[in-house]
Amino acid sequence: MADAKAKDVLFDPVFNNNPIALQVLGICSALAVTSKLETAVVMSIAVTVVTAFSSAAVSLVRKEIPSSIRIIVQMTIIASAVIVVDQVLRAFFFDIAKQLSVFVGLIITNCIVMGRAEGYAMKHDPKLSFLDGLGNGLGYSAILISVGVVRELLGSGSLFNVPVLQLTRNGGWYVPNGMLLLPPSAFFLIGFFIWALRTWKPEQVERT
Amino acid sequence: MDHHLALFTRAVFPENLALAFFLGMCTFLAVSKNVKTAAGLGIAVIVVQSITVPVNNLIYQHLLKEGALAWAGSRFSNVDLTFVGLISYIGVIAAIVQILEMALDRYFPALYNTLGIFLPLITVNCAILGGTLFMVERDYTFTESCVYGFGSGAGWALAIVGLAGIREKLKYSDVPDGLKGLGITFITAGLMAIAFMCFSGI
Repeated sequence: MADAKAKDVLFDPVFNNNPIALQVLGICSALAVTSKLETAVVMSIAVTVVTAFSSAAVSLVRKEIPSSIRIIVQMTIIASAVIVVDQVLRAFFFDIAKQLSVFVGLIITNCIVMGRAEGYAMKHDPKLSFLDGLGNGLGYSAILISVGVVRELLGSGSLFNVPVLQLTRNGGWYVPNGMLLLPPSAFFLIGFFIWALRTWKPEQVERT
Repeated sequence: MDHHLALFTRAVFPENLALAFFLGMCTFLAVSKNVKTAAGLGIAVIVVQSITVPVNNLIYQHLLKEGALAWAGSRFSNVDLTFVGLISYIGVIAAIVQILEMALDRYFPALYNTLGIFLPLITVNCAILGGTLFMVERDYTFTESCVYGFGSGAGWALAIVGLAGIREKLKYSDVPDGLKGLGITFITAGLMAIAFMCFSGI
């Protein structure tokens, strides 16, 4: 029973309650870092790590936090986690850290992290909160990586900077679609992903 | 003067925080259901943004930047505190939002009630922190940061009011079931982003 619940907590956010597609959280970074698969993957890992550990940390101290200052306490915990991730990225993956520019710092204000800390970790024990954070991180990664794949494959004909489709300018057949490298394409792609997901699971359709 | 005007226009149109950098998307999509609330939130963002960016600029220039502590004595002349930047910026933002919340509650209760949960969420609105981080990355001076703070806030407000206007009209359109609500909003925002990109020549 306990195991089944832990599994639900972990996998529910991936499809049934996806943080991006259904809860509308954490979209900012989802759109901005996905023009290349590499940055999308690094960003996904960073967000998953931060969400999981900050949820666990918030949950550990949840009984000690007076409710009037809880937001600032959560912010501080999250900000510390993000600073660690930021410093690690700068030390070991400097090029990628440069490309992500301000978006690593913006994990602090990524609503997924905050939303999970406030909505889940404050009420549950550390183990479940950790899994919940991990699950939401994975749900976020799923969307981020799929958008990243489409944008890099069709926009520059490569995956992880390795050419997959032969470009016309190198004597191949594929004419890259520059549109997909521009910011607005990410909006369309996520819009279509949501459409596909909701056609597959009609109970998520919004009634207006 | 020309330089500042150019900076302002750039912050409002081609480098619009919402549509070119996707900052503040969560609130951007969630609060844009009707023009009135959107305008309220837009104003709140302009106010918070025009205060926090210059304040954080002062903190960055005089406390955190490498060598900024030189005024405190020669022993501190090569202290580099940029790594605590994130936590101090967010602290400043949280404090200013808290003050704004109390002020609104006291003087504009109607606006306070409409904004509801979204006012504290301005703290976690990436547009605010994003503005500050861009300011740090581009190393703006104090005047530049005032202009940039106001401009980027105004750009964000313009975008959300525009989107809210479109969404109000969309209520009368026949949208496919799976695309209702969030899906169509994304696509609308995408079209707006394309429109805003046309300004980049200015």
